[in-house]
Amino acid sequence: MLLRSPRVSKSEFEAGTGWQLKPEGACRGEVCIPLSQPPGESVDVARVAKDLGMPLVAEAEFGLWALGPASTGSRALATAQAPDLRLPDLSGKEFRLSSLRGQKVLLYAWAPY
Amino acid sequence: MWQVLRSELHPKGFELVTVGLDTEGAAGCRAFIEAARPEHPSLIDRHHVLADLFGVINIPSSVWIDENGMIVRPAETAPAPPQPDGKTSRFSLPADLPPRFVEIRAEAAKIRKDTQAYHAALRDWVERGAESAFALPPDAVVERSRPRDHSKALGHAHFQLAAQLEMDGHHAAAVRHFREAHRLVPDSWTFRRQAWSLERVGEGPLARFWQGPNPDASGAWPYEGDWLSDVRKIGAENYSEPWRP
Repeated sequence: MLLRSPRVSKSEFEAGTGWQLKPEGACRGEVCIPLSQPPGESVDVARVAKDLGMPLVAEAEFGLWALGPASTGSRALATAQAPDLRLPDLSGKEFRLSSLRGQKVLLYAWAPY
Repeated sequence: MWQVLRSELHPKGFELVTVGLDTEGAAGCRAFIEAARPEHPSLIDRHHVLADLFGVINIPSSVWIDENGMIVRPAETAPAPPQPDGKTSRFSLPADLPPRFVEIRAEAAKIRKDTQAYHAALRDWVERGAESAFALPPDAVVERSRPRDHSKALGHAHFQLAAQLEMDGHHAAAVRHFREAHRLVPDSWTFRRQAWSLERVGEGPLARFWQGPNPDASGAWPYEGDWLSDVRKIGAENYSEPWRP
């Protein structure tokens, strides 16, 4: 997840990382990880990153921060529950994976190179 | 090719969602998407969030997700559907292909493709759902997803930063972070291919497939490896992992 500020709103954090911030902790599917501070509407990214074992890399010269994925287990997936992928189509319109609930989905990755 | 399969399976409650992994965004993907004229969602992923969220490390890859939003097969190589006429590509290549492309094509021809097994499994799953032996239980899905430790997660952060710096026009800074991503996530082909594709050689749609030093300016290549050298190092037959039932 890319950041232009070390604080982001709760909804931005949730959309960017796939982790839901709840009173019991940061949750994805059935997996919840306790947080050192209860989550508010504004998220101190460095603190939550530490709780979740997410690497945070700063590029101070360009005012950019990148938050890597949580390394809570030893695998890319912490749960089999699919995150709600949100990506734009060619026209820039946002698509949400959860809009296809009720259908079988094959998510196919390709590249023009 | 996928479009034909999607049209056939769509009435059975199946949808295809294609995602172009490209820091160059719509500008990079548009010609390919418009040529395919998809009826299914066709998305653009400039930061490779599919790598973070699903563990995608190469293309083409697929993730299967059931009606309840549960992943039933994590990221794995997804060969193109079998073609009745034996054609593998809708794009015709120029006759006077540069020698590097002749070599790339020769290596690419050796890449393992478990086309029949993969597509038989896909049809079985679409027909039988959870009853299909190819729909894996949640524990197996997590266990089969890519290994990722903290150092790899750090590599993902560097990649995201590199992609954004490239989009913002800071190419030299982007290269620094792409190199860190390559060092920390050595098993990701997409992290390498993306960075190599930004060092165009020549003109036209093949410029991004060169994926290596310009023979006229080899000193300028900013990366350790390139597609042809890296594939030859591991052996093209090991480029894709064997498909597991």
